[in-house]
Amino acid sequence: MRRPFGAAVLTAPLLLFLLVTFVAPIGAFLWRGVTDDEVRPVLPRTVVALASWNGTGTPGEEAFAALVEDLRAARSGDRGAIPRAAARLNADRPGFRGLLPMTARRVEAPFEGSARAAVLAISEEWAAPETWGAIARAGGPMSSFHVLAALDLRQDATGAIGQAPEDTRIFRAVLLRSLWISLLVTAVCLALGWPLAWLIATARGLPATLLLAAVMLPFWISLVVRTAAWMVLLQREGIVNAALQASGIVDAPLPLLMNRFAVVLGMVHILLPFMVLPLVAAFRGLDPRLPRAAASLGAAPWRVFLRVTLPLSLPGVGAGCILVFIQALGFYVTPALLGGPNDQMLAWFVGFYATRSVNWGLAAALSIMLLVAVGLCVALYGRLAGFRRPGAA
Amino acid sequence: MARGILWALGVLVALFLVAPIVAILPLSFSAGSFLFYPLPGLSLRWYEDFFASPFWLPAFWNSMGIGTAAAALATLLGTPAAFGLWRMTGAFRAVAMGIVLAPMVVPVIVVAVALLLAFGPLGLVATHTGLVIAHAMLGVPFVVVTVLASLEAFDPVQLRAAAACGAGPVRAFFRVCLPQIAPGVAAGAVFAFATSLDEVVVALFIAGPAQRTLPRQMFSGLNDQISLTTTAAAAMLVVMSVLLLLAVAWLQARGRRRVQG
Repeated sequence: MRRPFGAAVLTAPLLLFLLVTFVAPIGAFLWRGVTDDEVRPVLPRTVVALASWNGTGTPGEEAFAALVEDLRAARSGDRGAIPRAAARLNADRPGFRGLLPMTARRVEAPFEGSARAAVLAISEEWAAPETWGAIARAGGPMSSFHVLAALDLRQDATGAIGQAPEDTRIFRAVLLRSLWISLLVTAVCLALGWPLAWLIATARGLPATLLLAAVMLPFWISLVVRTAAWMVLLQREGIVNAALQASGIVDAPLPLLMNRFAVVLGMVHILLPFMVLPLVAAFRGLDPRLPRAAASLGAAPWRVFLRVTLPLSLPGVGAGCILVFIQALGFYVTPALLGGPNDQMLAWFVGFYATRSVNWGLAAALSIMLLVAVGLCVALYGRLAGFRRPGAA
Repeated sequence: MARGILWALGVLVALFLVAPIVAILPLSFSAGSFLFYPLPGLSLRWYEDFFASPFWLPAFWNSMGIGTAAAALATLLGTPAAFGLWRMTGAFRAVAMGIVLAPMVVPVIVVAVALLLAFGPLGLVATHTGLVIAHAMLGVPFVVVTVLASLEAFDPVQLRAAAACGAGPVRAFFRVCLPQIAPGVAAGAVFAFATSLDEVVVALFIAGPAQRTLPRQMFSGLNDQISLTTTAAAAMLVVMSVLLLLAVAWLQARGRRRVQG
């Protein structure tokens, strides 16, 4: 007596809520990564005039006239429009933040002769094809500019894709760094989590309960608190340095904070339970008779482990690794507090470009990269662990 | 022998998990003002400082209020949805499940920045309402998963029996199903509260000065000088987490007993 209609009605309020508070905001945000809508409203005629320009040499009188007309119209309209467009163009070609408002101010008064001569007299910048290329690229509505920028690539005025200038090439390094830190954290979690999970799965009585409690307790304690604990422990005058000095291992306090070591340590501490719990489930699911059978057939213990135990627990191991890796990729708080400037991951740059530099397009493009990486891992997790019991981990 | 090494390793890893938290808690009872041992004496001065502080005390009440409201909203939306999902099959269920669980998987920084952008024009940035909505959204997957788990043990034949006795579907849900899954619903609410209590990143991006929560204040406290009041705040968060963990354990045990009995 299933009533799909009634069931849909019960689910509808939540789905509607998530649509408004989750799906739509994220969609609208990511949309900014593949579109451009800051320049076209300000320079509509210029964008149209540049559509037929091939990207080489300075465009003709028609484009200059369109620019003058657009800037005059923009000056009389919304005051924030020109700075917004200038900020977007500046992200492509530094100098635009000053150039566009200055040009707009200077062309407002009527002038004699051609628009081309008048604009070129304001700044030589307008003779460069790349200045116009920046406007053409930002013309929208769809745009690959931000996604290319997030991969350290850029398009020139003719449309050819090449490397970004050396001094702005940072994002591939950030992406690789995020993947590398996440991979390292996952590997350390696996190495530390394996013996603990094996003990919890095979021990009986109070010791097993205590070990499981040692995993569950930090699992519940706030991430900031756990990060704070490491900050207190690893400070220059902190407990770890004091212990090292008292025992005579080191003479001067070691710099244990604001570096990669602290970030990996903190992340391993926070993510280890996510590795241990799926491993325990996998080990408990093993049929204990199989290793015994292998041993009774004459296999040495290492051979039993390699040929029987390991292959049988592999799906659980994979699930744990992916669970840790996905979460590690998106870490923000721990690297921000424990790491130095060179230990920040993708999430930090998403936050930075969204708030401090107000470059929503780039923040969105970086988020798209983050989500693609996470999505691939989730798909892999689905293949390994199945989605029938979400939350079982 | 091999077993001995395994135990040594396992116990070391377990210590690694617990030791940092245990190591900093006694500091909050220090009579001095430095972050190391031995303590010069014991006192409650840092707790007094916490409860007298215009930096920490409002954050404590914000955490409580926003957590409670977010948990209530998440439970109100999540419980009927879990019931609906439990009765559903096929592609629609798979899609709905995907949407419901997505907030667990999407990196929270993406959620935070997207909400900052979306809530701006709606006037929800730097409001309690905005933060409650955001935290309810982050907590709702935990409610749905927990309630679904407790529904696994509920026999749907009882609903048919209720219908045969003349109860409508709504009445049957409230009178027959809900009392049996109540521990699961309560556990889901606790999960949602804990999610809100832990959450920093969204609070960092969309909360204004009047909405700062305890973890949010800890984040800024850690960014400049770590004081012993920060360790007192950490200790209080730890105590709350332990209480929540015990509450969930108790509720889950109760839920199991109820199904067996």
